[in-house]
Amino acid sequence: MELDPLFLSRLQFALTIGFHFLFPPLSIGLAWLLVIMEWRGWKRGDEDYVRAGKFFGKILGLTFAVGVATGIVMEFQFGTNWAQYSKFVGDIFGAPLAAEAIFAFFLESTFLGLYLFGRKRVSKGVHWFSALMVAVGSTLSAFWIIVANSWQQTPAGFEIRNGRAELTSFAEAVFNASTWPRFLHTVDGCLIAGAFLVAGISAYLVVKNNAAEVARKTLKLSLIFGLVASLLATFPTGDWSAKQVARTQPEKFAAMEGLIRGQTRAPLAVFGVPSEEPPQFNLKIELPGMASLLAFGDMDAHVPGIEDLREAGHPTPPFVLTFVSFHTMVGLGTLFIILSLLGVFLLYRKKLFDTRWYLRLLPWAIPLPLIACQVGWIVAEVGRQPWVVYRVLKTQDAYSANVTGGEVLFSIIMFGTVYVALGALYVYTLARIIKRGPQSLTAKEVH
Amino acid sequence: MDLNTAWFLLVWVLLGGYAILDGFDLGVGVLHLFARDERERRIHVGAIGPFWDGNEVWLLTGGGALFAAFPIVYATVFSSFYLALMLLLLALIFRAVSLEFRGQVDSPGWRRFWDWAFGLGSLLPAVLLGVAIGNILRGIPIDADGVANVSFVSLLNPYALLIGVLSLAMFTMHGAAFLTVKTEGDLQQRMARWASGVWVVFLILYLVAFAATFFAAPFLFEGALGKPLFWAFLVLLLAAAVNVPIAIRSGKYLRSFLASSVTIVSVMGLAAVCLFPRMAPSSLDLANSLTVYNASSTPRTLTVMLVIALIGMPIVIAYSAYIYKVFAGKVVVEEESY
Repeated sequence: MELDPLFLSRLQFALTIGFHFLFPPLSIGLAWLLVIMEWRGWKRGDEDYVRAGKFFGKILGLTFAVGVATGIVMEFQFGTNWAQYSKFVGDIFGAPLAAEAIFAFFLESTFLGLYLFGRKRVSKGVHWFSALMVAVGSTLSAFWIIVANSWQQTPAGFEIRNGRAELTSFAEAVFNASTWPRFLHTVDGCLIAGAFLVAGISAYLVVKNNAAEVARKTLKLSLIFGLVASLLATFPTGDWSAKQVARTQPEKFAAMEGLIRGQTRAPLAVFGVPSEEPPQFNLKIELPGMASLLAFGDMDAHVPGIEDLREAGHPTPPFVLTFVSFHTMVGLGTLFIILSLLGVFLLYRKKLFDTRWYLRLLPWAIPLPLIACQVGWIVAEVGRQPWVVYRVLKTQDAYSANVTGGEVLFSIIMFGTVYVALGALYVYTLARIIKRGPQSLTAKEVH
Repeated sequence: MDLNTAWFLLVWVLLGGYAILDGFDLGVGVLHLFARDERERRIHVGAIGPFWDGNEVWLLTGGGALFAAFPIVYATVFSSFYLALMLLLLALIFRAVSLEFRGQVDSPGWRRFWDWAFGLGSLLPAVLLGVAIGNILRGIPIDADGVANVSFVSLLNPYALLIGVLSLAMFTMHGAAFLTVKTEGDLQQRMARWASGVWVVFLILYLVAFAATFFAAPFLFEGALGKPLFWAFLVLLLAAAVNVPIAIRSGKYLRSFLASSVTIVSVMGLAAVCLFPRMAPSSLDLANSLTVYNASSTPRTLTVMLVIALIGMPIVIAYSAYIYKVFAGKVVVEEESY
């Protein structure tokens, strides 16, 4: 059997980016929550927040390490597996990656060392500042990565010359049509992930009565933080992202919304069973006119469907995967609002810490924002297919032709094995840190 | 100096920064395999604890800068060295997580496993980075279309392996010199002996490699011998290398570490001077070589990136220096340590 290096390289990229993308959302969200906790510990002199900072700082250190380890792979992979892509877009695509390293990655990595190990060596103000720099750095990291990826979605500021994409305007390339909505929506997703992580862990500690005085405070903080972030995920960031897609990537939008045939007063699909080739959408429950309204702010606006776009000569992405991923994300987003709203309501009624079933539920919600991030990313990437750079370069023309299928198979097996082990070890180690709780950090005996 | 040359220099600075900074991390990781007990191992990892993460970013930045400034080199070399780079990534993954994992479970077996992961995760990159440089120096089979088909086995040629072992010796020496600065007493004495001992190995290997280069890649010296910079680096290398054991013998450990750093810079400087303006010589036909001119991004991108680098890197260096100052002095194993 002939091993197809293109297919295998795509598989490997999906695997490695998917696994990597579990960790940065947690790091970014957690880092911003730590900025608040450390601020309160410092300014209010509240020992509980200092303990919380040390405790969640440990989790940040662990999460960050796995994120770095799996992130290095990404930086190399464009060259190793996507050489044709790198040659074609290198004049534009390399710059944001280099800028990320210079402006963001140095910042977060260097200050993380100070934050984790420097508590006794610097003043409280400087220590808080180091937490802030970790948060700022990791968010800037997200910015440059989203810039690079958004350029693939809505390329701008370039011309095709000498057989490659050459930069004509750096500003236009960086601030292309989808950069801002996608950056804000993605970072907001990260904040939700961090909030639910802290809320889930805190709820567990409250139930177990392990340093409950610390956990109550972080639970309150994370629920309010989570509610705000969950609301922002819908409006304005999610809404803006969807409008952007409708305007600039109609193929992706049609697949997201299950629009087979275009129409004015396009309906919004609430539920339905999609199937591929020919694309069909059955058993649907729809809100008439809402897709037109959401996408263009006008119920009478025409929204093109998959078949129309195909007839116009535009290839369309895999329908089912895009549709299901998008609707999973939307469903989870709704759930985050309900869950955090309930928590804040209970808090307001002063019943939060006695509502055991709710506290027992929260730890199970920890993975949900990560799933939402994953499916959101799938919508972005699968919805762009068959293009790797939208309407500029196809994925099938982007891989490294000089790497054999056998070599890629080897590396997939290698990454697959290592990542499964890494994931298991991460969860195991995280569970140990959580079980020890904030208390154990003040103990003299060191791990 | 034209833009392309400036970027060659900048990529060299980034990779040089990586070699000096993460170089001692890698060396400490290798030496950590020979530590005698748990206390010593904790001192080893404690010495690099606050730094290693930031140090590794130099490699990422070097890679990113190569992608941005010389995308053809990035794509051609990285895809040619496929399996070797995958092994490098594997090692770097293990190295990064082993420090976090090792302290989490209080069982000797668990620690032993992560100690080995950390040690080998440091040793392998030290060798593989050298192997990669060796293969670049000797040339890769780039055809007229700019494509190179390279098998993994052919990367493991004697010349590249020699450079790999040389690089291992260089980083081990560097790591030992670093540890003499960060430790006290018996361990410090032992590290001093390590540094002097490995220094001898390094020097012999360097001389052998220098001679071997005349046979493996004679074109590197064509023209290079006439460049003043070549002789400047050579003199610098000799002066710095001689200073490593001298400084150690007189107990001036920081000076020996600095001498070791300058040694690394000189070694990399000599390689760069010999390569320039080529970045990846072709072993099929030198005319197919990728150079700073035929493999670069457009002047616009190079200009934009130069501005970014000139704004960004001084800031990076400033706060990195601050962090090193905060953690200056001997290693103290404390609550937060790994």
